[in-house]
Amino acid sequence: MTAPVLEARGLVKLFGRVIALDSVDLDLYPGEILAVIGDNGAGKSTLIKCLSGVLIPDRGKILVNGREVRFRNPQDATHAGIETVHQVLAVAPALDIASNLFLGREIRRKGPLGSVLRMLDTKEMRRQSAEEIRKLGIGTLQNIGQAVETLSGGQRQAVAVARASAFGSQVVILDEPTAALGVRETGQVLKLIRDLRATGKAVILISHDMPHVFELADRIHIQRLGGRAAVITPKTHTMEDAVAIMTGAKTMMPSRSTD
Amino acid sequence: MTTATSDGAASAALEEFLNRPPTVGQRIHGILHGQPALSPAIVLVLACVGFSLTSSHFYQLQNLSLVAQQVAVVGSLAAGQTLIILTAGIDLSIGAIMVLSSLVMANLSYQQHVPGVLALLVGVAIAIAAQAVNGILVTRIKLPPFIVTLGMLSVFTAITLIYAQGQTIQLQPGAFLLWTGETFAIGSLHLTYGVLLMIVLYLVFTYALRFTAWGRHLYAVGDDIEAARLTGISVNRVLLSAYLVAGVAVAVAAWVLVGRVGGGDPNSGLNANLESITAVVIGGTSLFGGRGVVLGSLIGALIVQVFDNGLALAGLDPNYQVLAVGVLVIAAVSVDQWIRSVKA
Repeated sequence: MTAPVLEARGLVKLFGRVIALDSVDLDLYPGEILAVIGDNGAGKSTLIKCLSGVLIPDRGKILVNGREVRFRNPQDATHAGIETVHQVLAVAPALDIASNLFLGREIRRKGPLGSVLRMLDTKEMRRQSAEEIRKLGIGTLQNIGQAVETLSGGQRQAVAVARASAFGSQVVILDEPTAALGVRETGQVLKLIRDLRATGKAVILISHDMPHVFELADRIHIQRLGGRAAVITPKTHTMEDAVAIMTGAKTMMPSRSTD
Repeated sequence: MTTATSDGAASAALEEFLNRPPTVGQRIHGILHGQPALSPAIVLVLACVGFSLTSSHFYQLQNLSLVAQQVAVVGSLAAGQTLIILTAGIDLSIGAIMVLSSLVMANLSYQQHVPGVLALLVGVAIAIAAQAVNGILVTRIKLPPFIVTLGMLSVFTAITLIYAQGQTIQLQPGAFLLWTGETFAIGSLHLTYGVLLMIVLYLVFTYALRFTAWGRHLYAVGDDIEAARLTGISVNRVLLSAYLVAGVAVAVAAWVLVGRVGGGDPNSGLNANLESITAVVIGGTSLFGGRGVVLGSLIGALIVQVFDNGLALAGLDPNYQVLAVGVLVIAAVSVDQWIRSVKA
């Protein structure tokens, strides 16, 4: 197997006396979809926030392409090629779709207008946004200059996913990406996740939806009580097995038998 | 809405219902949503038409020149206030800082015989430094802007009074600092250079907010600070920069104030704090942040001044102006609530 693009070793995160992450390891390989599942409070979101720079782990290492990195903020993770779609949608409601896609990495005009007067290239950003939206097949987003707050929940999610897929050069992390979506939009996002994998990007998918997880994932990382309970694959285990491990009804040896 | 249509199970009647043409209310809502300065602009035009009917003096260029000259101080200040309100903050100390800055400018020039340009630069530095203190308290100590600037209002007012020792300063005519009070004529329209300075300030701020990444980030931070942080914007840096840039507007306002009062007066601009907030709110900028345009604040300041001027010309008790402004503030915030609540 090729070298992992993203590794976590022994991540520990405490909130006061609550142990959110208890020495968690994670491996993510290029071109795979790794699902992260677990019961509420198992530490899924905390794990993701550590990997995306939102939280700083108290102990442990994160490695990108084998090199140790320290994310002090989300920008650091972004620079390392890791994009995240958070469960709480990170969109600015009053700004339009194109501005949201490019928020934090705006394109400036060429020449002195851009370098001296720092003028934005709105036209170019809109063009690229429209292209990105079209790639996702989100036909319901017609006007790229529309304010995000005028969109439905599903459409907003689509904007956030488009943003991550446009800029995540190595890793795209999706935290419950389909939770708020309608049936057709869910189908589109699932297709998008497959498309991302096809381009060689690595995808981490956090989801409660077992059928989706088993349909999409190459490997499944099961979190339980702040630690990694097991890594299984849809081929070797059933949904019942996964749920049993998640709830502690069944335990697996921590040795990575399925790697 | 999308779920219904995208499931493919929507009946023809539902499709028709979803695709129904927008009502008049929805149309107005949509327009106001896109153009926050439109409603204050309509109020301004209506007020001008109304006062032109009540007094033939109102629309004379001489009178309009006066309105423009009177609006320059609060107008400049409101530009700075807009930036802070756009971040979902508020600055109650902005007028006090302006008065302190203007007093330092006048005093250095008059008593210490510091060259005018240097006195101006010191005044500018004081305005920016004072706003830096506000910004640092908000971003580092994480205090609510209301509390920070309420405290700083007292602090800067006290420093001003201690510094002034109860004296007002009259500068010699022709002094460099009085340039903002000098007039130039365009036909029979007599404007001060202070008005010109204010207009330049608005042009620069409009450009920065509309056409630069910094402007987008300012809106994003004011709109939803957590979302902005998650998208990777350095929220604290943006917030601090809003206070610093507002400091520049305060400095401009201070210079215009020197020109207007002919020197330094610790008792000038007493109501400027609230007047600047009034102008911003009437101008359609949301107190909840993230919505509004800086030009609206100029329109808001003009509305207040036009009411003041027009009611005086109509021979009415000037207290009606205070009453009218109060009603306008309530109306403006109500409109803002409506714009924010209804989803298109």
